[in-house]
Amino acid sequence: MFYREAGDFKTTYRDDSQTFPIRLDRIGYYVILAVAVLVVPFVINDYWASAVLLPFLIYAIAAIGLNILTGYAGQVSLGTGGFMAVGAYAVYKLMTSFPEVSVVIHILLAGGITALVGIAFGLPSLRIKGFYLAVATLAAQFFLVWLFNKVPWFYNYSASGQINAPTRTVLGWAVTGPAASPAAKYLICLAFVIFSAWVARNLTRGMVGRKWMAIRDMDIAAEIIGVNPLNAKMTAFGISSFFVGIAGALLFAVYLGAAEVTEAFGINKSFLVLFMVIIGGLGSIFGSFAGAAFLVLLPVLLKNVLVGALGWPTDLAAYIELMIVGALIIFFLIVEPHGLARLWLLAKEKLRLWPFPH
Amino acid sequence: MKTKLAALAAAGMMVAAPALADLVVPNLSYRTGAYGANGTQYADGFNDYFTLLNERDGGIGGERIQVPECETAYNTEKGVECYEATKAEGLVYNPLSTGITYQLIPKVGVDKKVLYTPGYGRTSAKNGKVFEWVFNAPANYWDGASVAVKHLLDVNGGSLEGKKIALVYHNSAYGKEPIRTLQDLAEKHGFTLIELPVDAPGQEQKSQWLQIRRDKPDHVIMYGWGVMNQAAIQEAANINFPMENFIGIWWSGSDIDVLPIGAKADGYKSLAFHGVGTDYPLYEDMQKYVIEPGKASQGGQHVGSVLYSRGMYASLVIAEAIAKAQELAGTSKINGEQLREGFEALEITPERLAELGLPDFGPEIEMTCANHGGSGMARVQQWDANAKKWNLITEFTEPDQDILNPLIAEDSEAYAKEAGITPRDCN
Amino acid sequence: MMDQLFYAAEVIVNGLMTGVMYALVALGFVLIFKASGVFNYAQGVLALFAGLTLVGIMQGQVPFAHLLNAVFGTQLDRFGWTVPALLAIVLTAGVMVLLAILIEKLVLQHLVGQEPIILFMATIGLAYFLEGLGDVMWGADVKNLDVGLPQGISDSIERVTDSWFGYGFFIDRLDIWAALIATALVAALVAFSQYTKQGRAMRAVADDHQAALSVGISLRFIWIMVWSIAGFVALVAGIMWGTKSGVQFSLSLIALKALPVLMLGGFTSIPGAIVGGLIIGVGEKLFEFVMSSPDLAGSWFGFTIGATENWFAYVLALVFLVFRPQGLFGERIIERV
Repeated sequence: MFYREAGDFKTTYRDDSQTFPIRLDRIGYYVILAVAVLVVPFVINDYWASAVLLPFLIYAIAAIGLNILTGYAGQVSLGTGGFMAVGAYAVYKLMTSFPEVSVVIHILLAGGITALVGIAFGLPSLRIKGFYLAVATLAAQFFLVWLFNKVPWFYNYSASGQINAPTRTVLGWAVTGPAASPAAKYLICLAFVIFSAWVARNLTRGMVGRKWMAIRDMDIAAEIIGVNPLNAKMTAFGISSFFVGIAGALLFAVYLGAAEVTEAFGINKSFLVLFMVIIGGLGSIFGSFAGAAFLVLLPVLLKNVLVGALGWPTDLAAYIELMIVGALIIFFLIVEPHGLARLWLLAKEKLRLWPFPH
Repeated sequence: MKTKLAALAAAGMMVAAPALADLVVPNLSYRTGAYGANGTQYADGFNDYFTLLNERDGGIGGERIQVPECETAYNTEKGVECYEATKAEGLVYNPLSTGITYQLIPKVGVDKKVLYTPGYGRTSAKNGKVFEWVFNAPANYWDGASVAVKHLLDVNGGSLEGKKIALVYHNSAYGKEPIRTLQDLAEKHGFTLIELPVDAPGQEQKSQWLQIRRDKPDHVIMYGWGVMNQAAIQEAANINFPMENFIGIWWSGSDIDVLPIGAKADGYKSLAFHGVGTDYPLYEDMQKYVIEPGKASQGGQHVGSVLYSRGMYASLVIAEAIAKAQELAGTSKINGEQLREGFEALEITPERLAELGLPDFGPEIEMTCANHGGSGMARVQQWDANAKKWNLITEFTEPDQDILNPLIAEDSEAYAKEAGITPRDCN
Repeated sequence: MMDQLFYAAEVIVNGLMTGVMYALVALGFVLIFKASGVFNYAQGVLALFAGLTLVGIMQGQVPFAHLLNAVFGTQLDRFGWTVPALLAIVLTAGVMVLLAILIEKLVLQHLVGQEPIILFMATIGLAYFLEGLGDVMWGADVKNLDVGLPQGISDSIERVTDSWFGYGFFIDRLDIWAALIATALVAALVAFSQYTKQGRAMRAVADDHQAALSVGISLRFIWIMVWSIAGFVALVAGIMWGTKSGVQFSLSLIALKALPVLMLGGFTSIPGAIVGGLIIGVGEKLFEFVMSSPDLAGSWFGFTIGATENWFAYVLALVFLVFRPQGLFGERIIERV
């Protein structure tokens, strides 16, 4: 009823392999995009930008990155925080060394540098599999954080080892530094989100993505049918790290403005992004968005309800929040191990048949 | 489901902002997470002093003070969220985290809010010409390092020539701060500095203390926080390191750091910039107006502890600054800019402290347009494990300004250059 | 030069002792992984939870006092009694069994047959939940745990080694006790799995779930049992680490110290956990010693290299795994298409 397909005929292969094959989806997508670009920047304020929208957009990029590696290529990684740190420190060094170059180029380059680091740490994946690999990626997490904390060159020899993002502009609008308006910060992140989602979607449905999925489903079998595991795994690590690096660069430069590596890019960040991917749905770009939205919104919401509405002590609220998040994770895994993306799919199925179910 | 969630979210956001006409001093506290045990005591002291002012005097200058609490868990992102959620009304911020402070320094300038970071944060914020909105009186990390070395000089008959001093530090922005200062001091006084970083959280420090046992430094200075403090004092006790040669910064000198170690922690020293315990006249009022009516934060279970006293001291300074600002502005409803003026004209004399019921509690503070850090004076306290109390063993000592001032000038200029700030003229 | 050798020897001995402490945590992981294929990230939080419960019982705290006070405006705090350490340990062990039953009933039972990654994520969710629960139940302040274990340098060892080598070695008495208790624990576990009916059933389940089911072994019972044992191991680890640095939030992070031990030793081997723990303990302490000694590598880079312990264990395990992907004692991975 709500979901009409009647009259939606496909006459070419091109039509059939679209990202949104149903017309209603396509319209919805353009409406959301239009609202995001044309409406939100005019109504956004500091609180919404800092507490909700910026973290959501940035984590969505990180989740897309990790989803490529874990969801599509089947390589579980707990090193996301470390790779985000690479992006952040790369963009910091680039911003301070080449102030005349556009920050957009810096962010893309930071992604590229992260991709190289990701490939280097991905090499062991050719030998190590499963949980052993998951734990091995922790080596990247801890080593990279230590490196940025320890080697003074990375933080330009400042007394405390903190890095601060200087003010940079895009088209005359400040996007980093204290003077940046919430709308400008939001738009630059949104631009990178759209870019990332578009690239990721097209990669994953093309040949590269199919190779990744073959490796994920069974790497030996994939090798036999002619997928080069070295090639597939390294592209997965590289491209995944590229997005994660962009997310780290944005997190530091646009969102936080200052960062201390041990705190901002610790192991908790790795878990957070992994949660987003799992709760959102492995192997789904939409799932990356859903997971990021869920885990960014939920704590803010719980906090506001428990402390703001019920007036509980903040510490108690924080513990209850931990319990609720933990319980919800378990609940989701039990009810729908394939995440929010699958729930959305099921909901669409139901809507398509409503009001005449089987 | 999505619209429902969004509606709920919107409803949740609505209730967050306290729509009040009173003066608002948000308490960005952390009662959970790795440093929750420390943060919770500080937050109690911070709340209770304002509660006392509200209950006893009806607030400051007739304006009641609202202290909405927001949990940061020592996490910078949550800290930013808390700041944004409260900044519509908030006047002054005290996040008790060096990381969150760095985050807020650029923001407070734009939003015209005061950032008050007593004893932590960015040291060079003492330079009010560059950091207009940040205050860190009465003392900062570098003051602490210098006062500690001065105390060691006193203990060693005025010379540290040829001595070895080890610095055990939290391997973070906070712990790294004093290194430059100590290096300069080492050069000046001729001692050797051994740097021993400890990664957070720091419950496993065997390597560091084996090294101390091997190198036999004459003194150990510690910049720790959270579990790292207890673990370090425990390991020092384990290797029979003489406790009187072990001195911590004020963040490594609370009751919870030494109590778990028991009798072996006897003699451990730490710096302090305020008094401890309940032997002050103020606590009679506190008892009467706050604790007995059951209005104390968390039932008053931490009253008089070191960190409670520090939280109380922070709110005392803020309260005095608010009063000063009201006086200067001629109105009781001040805004952030007026409060900043109040901070810059703030003067807390020993007489004033006695008047407040806290004689000899803290050092004299006098802030100006150029000096946002006060005198930097601190004193040394020593733990008595039998009586389970801290004893103040020195008077307030001034740090070595000859060493510190050039460093502060250098660091704040670097920041001004990086952030594109022209230092203002203070004459 | 002789001095450096003695220092190094001292570091190695202490590394071995620390390794035992790591192995104690790793042991809990191995037990659960072996019997159910669940990679239980919550093991560190279990240790924290056990430690909190033990202290709470010993001091006679009212559970959930903070929550009850906040909701009902009561003033609960202590019952006003204290419980002797031994009895409290038994009671805590009981709580851990209860917890194991609940985990099986509410979580694992519903996740049978899911992919390992899903089960792993569920244990992370469990870790969050238990962390919140422990804090709500017992409060988050630093708790002093004293069950009568001695602590501090062993003077007799220092004296004896001093008279032998002219250099007194440092060994913490708590570490000696930890080593003894860990040995006893492992011996008991091995005896249990070799000589009791339930132990054999456990091994059967570890070998092959379906075969075990077909000969009439109750999987659910075995899982509850294994989680109970893991809870007990967590209790022992909680006591050791809690005595060392107080019972508090950071205790849950010891899980991160156990993971490289597992990689090195293999996820399925109890001896692997012990040997892996020892290798990691010695390796990281020795590396830190070399990198931070000004006489050795400490002066190479112009700034102090130090605090390497967090990552060195992982890198060591990673390098090792490249040559032996299933760990030291892990079962050989055979893949068929």
